[in-house]
Amino acid sequence: MSAMQTKDHAELAGQFNTDENRVDWHDETLWWIRQKRDKAVNQLPEWELLRETASKIKEHVLSNLSNYLEAFEANVLANGITVHWAADAKEHNEIVHQIIKKHGVNRMVKSKSMLTEECHLNEYLAKNGIEVIDSDLGERIVQLAKEPPSHIVLPCIHKKKEEIGDLFHEHLGTPAGVSDPQILTETARQHLREVFLTRKIALTGVNFAVAETGEFVVCTNEGNADMGAHLSEVHIASMGIEKIIPNREHLGVFLRLLTRSATGQPITTYSSHYKKPRSGQEMHIVIVDNGRSVQLGRKDFRNSLKCIRCGACMNTCPVYRRSGGHSYHNAISGPIGSILAPNLDMEEYADLPFASTLCGSCSNVCPVKIDIHDQLYKWRQVIVKAGYTTKAKTAGMKVMEWTLSSPGIYHAAGKAGRIVMKYAPFAVNNTLNPWYKQRDMPKPPAESFDEWYKKNRGKK
Amino acid sequence: MTVGLFIPCYIDQFYPGAAIATLQLLEKLGVTVVYPPKQTCCGQPMANSGYEHLTTGCNELFIDNFSDFDYIVSPSGSCILHIKDHLHSEGRENQAVQVRRKVYELTEFLTDVLKIEQLDAVFPHKVGLHQSCHGQRGLKISQMTELVAAPFSKPLQLLNMVKGLELIPLNRQDECCGFGGTFCVAEEAVSVKMGVDRVSDHLEHGAEYITGADMSCLMHMEGILRRQGSNVKVLHIAEILNSSAQ
Repeated sequence: MSAMQTKDHAELAGQFNTDENRVDWHDETLWWIRQKRDKAVNQLPEWELLRETASKIKEHVLSNLSNYLEAFEANVLANGITVHWAADAKEHNEIVHQIIKKHGVNRMVKSKSMLTEECHLNEYLAKNGIEVIDSDLGERIVQLAKEPPSHIVLPCIHKKKEEIGDLFHEHLGTPAGVSDPQILTETARQHLREVFLTRKIALTGVNFAVAETGEFVVCTNEGNADMGAHLSEVHIASMGIEKIIPNREHLGVFLRLLTRSATGQPITTYSSHYKKPRSGQEMHIVIVDNGRSVQLGRKDFRNSLKCIRCGACMNTCPVYRRSGGHSYHNAISGPIGSILAPNLDMEEYADLPFASTLCGSCSNVCPVKIDIHDQLYKWRQVIVKAGYTTKAKTAGMKVMEWTLSSPGIYHAAGKAGRIVMKYAPFAVNNTLNPWYKQRDMPKPPAESFDEWYKKNRGKK
Repeated sequence: MTVGLFIPCYIDQFYPGAAIATLQLLEKLGVTVVYPPKQTCCGQPMANSGYEHLTTGCNELFIDNFSDFDYIVSPSGSCILHIKDHLHSEGRENQAVQVRRKVYELTEFLTDVLKIEQLDAVFPHKVGLHQSCHGQRGLKISQMTELVAAPFSKPLQLLNMVKGLELIPLNRQDECCGFGGTFCVAEEAVSVKMGVDRVSDHLEHGAEYITGADMSCLMHMEGILRRQGSNVKVLHIAEILNSSAQ
C-alpha cells in the first residue's frame, strides 16, 4: 500500500460506527428516502421498461460517443456557445481559471456540479486567489464545514440540523442554538441572494447534454443554479463526456427516472434547458474526459459510464447507510463511487470494491441498470492481480486454496479446527479474531456431516 | 433421478444438522441422493476476495465430484450462485457448463424441479424468514423489493406448507445481514452493525426462530444473538421443512 493512502474504508467506517445512535439516524434517514423511491416507482407500471429503455439509450450513446460529442459540439457552436475540451481534471481547472482571469474577477458562484468536486476545482481556484461560493444549500453547508459532500444528491445528509445551526451561527450570524429548518433556509436564502447579485461568473454542472440541439439540462430543486446562471454575465457549464443523450425526446425517459430514483419525487422542481447566451451574456461548455475514455475501454466496466448521478445506489446500500459517505474518501461515494474510483487511481481506491457484501440491491435500484455489484466483484479481481493487496491476505488465500483443493487436507484441517475450538476455545475466542469481537463463534459440533454420513450411510 | 448433494465446507464442519435435514428431506420426497465424499468448497471465499485465479483446484474438484449427477442440490444459495456464475474449467469447459446448468439451491429444487405442493412438516413456532441476498437477488428465489414486479418467494411458498408455523412480518423484508464472506472480518464494524439491525427486526416482531436458505447469514446472526444472550435460535430452512410432530 502506498504511503499516500489515506485511511481505508474499513477504518473510516469503524470510526463512524463508534457513535451507534448516529449510525441509526443516518441509516434511517437514507432508508426513508429509499422508501420514498419505492412508493414513487411503484406508481409507474412501466418502471422496469423505462429502466431498460434508458439503459439501452446509454449503451447506444457509449458505442457512438465520439460521433455524438462532435454533433453536440457543432450544435453548441452554432448556438453561440464556446466549447472547451479538457483531457483531465488539471486541464478543466485551468480552462475555468483562464475564463475567470479573462474577465478580471476573483470570485464566482457555482452550483450542482459533482464533476468539479471530482476535479477539486474549489481548492485549485482558492490557491489561485479566486473565491468560489457553492449556492446549492447542501453544497454550501459542507463548504462552510470545510468538508467534501458525503452524497452526490444530498451533499450534507451526514449533518444533523443542530450541527447546521451551529455552522450558520458561526458563519452567517444566526442566533446560537437555532436549528429550525425554516429559519436556516431563509438565512441561506438572504446570504445567497447577495452572492447571486454580485457574482459576474456562474458555473453549473450538466445533467443531460442533447446532441441533436446543443442544449443542456440542469436539474435542481432549489433553482439556485438558475439564479446564478441567469444573473451572471458569464455562464460556464462543466460536463463529463458521458452526459450526452442523442435527442431531446430522450429526456422523456431520463427525467422520469432521475428524481424518482433520487428522492421519490416525480420530477425535479426545475429542469432548466440552456441553449444559447442571452444578449450580452457569454457561455462556455467545458467537456471533460478525466479517465472516462479509459473506463470506456474497459469492457467489464464501461457500463459504469451510464450513471446519471441519482444516488439511489447509495440510499439503498446497507453498507453506505452504516458507514457514511466520507468513509469512501472519494468525491463520489457509495457503490457507484466504488466502481468509478479505481479507474482514476487503482492504488488509492483499492479498498472500495471490497466495501460491499455484494448484496446486489444497488444494481436493482439503478435507473440505467448498471451491473454495479458484478462490477465490484470484477474490480476485486483486477485489483488483486495488479498487486494492490496485502501480502498477508495473499498468503492466507494461498493456504485456503491449498486446503480446499485437497479433500484429505480439508477434512483433517476441519477436524483439527473443531477440536481446537472445543478444547482450546481461547485460541479463537480472543480479540485477535475480528469475528469474536462482537459475535460468538459457532459451537463446534461433535462430528462433521462427512463423519456422520460415513457412520450412518457409508455402509449402505 | 439421482441427486448429488453438495454440502458447503462450513455447513459440513459447523452445521451438520442442516446437511442431515437436507439429505433426509430429499429422501423423504423420493429422491435418490448421493454425497460424494471428496468434496470441499465451491471456491467462493477466495473468489469474492479477488482471488478467483486461485479457485482452479476447487473448480476441477467440483467437476470431478458432481458431473455425473442429474441434478446437484445444496442447502446454500450463496455457494450455488458462485458455481452458477463462476465455475469454469480450461480443459473441460463443456462439463463446467453442464454443471452450472444443473446446480440448484434446495428450495428452488423443491418448488421448481420436484414441484412439491405439500409437506407433512410441523413446526409450531413464530419464525422470521431471512432472505439471503445471493439466493434472492442472485438466484432469484424470491422477488426483490427494489423492482416493480409481482411478488413471489420460493422459501415462503414452502414455509406456508408447514403446519403450525407462524411467519412474523419484518420492517425490512430483504435487507442484507452484513455477513458478506470475508467482509464480516475485513469490515467488522459495519458487518456487525448490519447484523445487529437485522436481528433486532426479527426480535422486535417476536421471532422464536430465524430461518433462511443460507446458513452463512444465519451463522452471522447466530453469533450476534448468542453474544446478546438471546434465546432466539437460527435454523436452516431444511431443518424446518424436515421437522415432524414429536
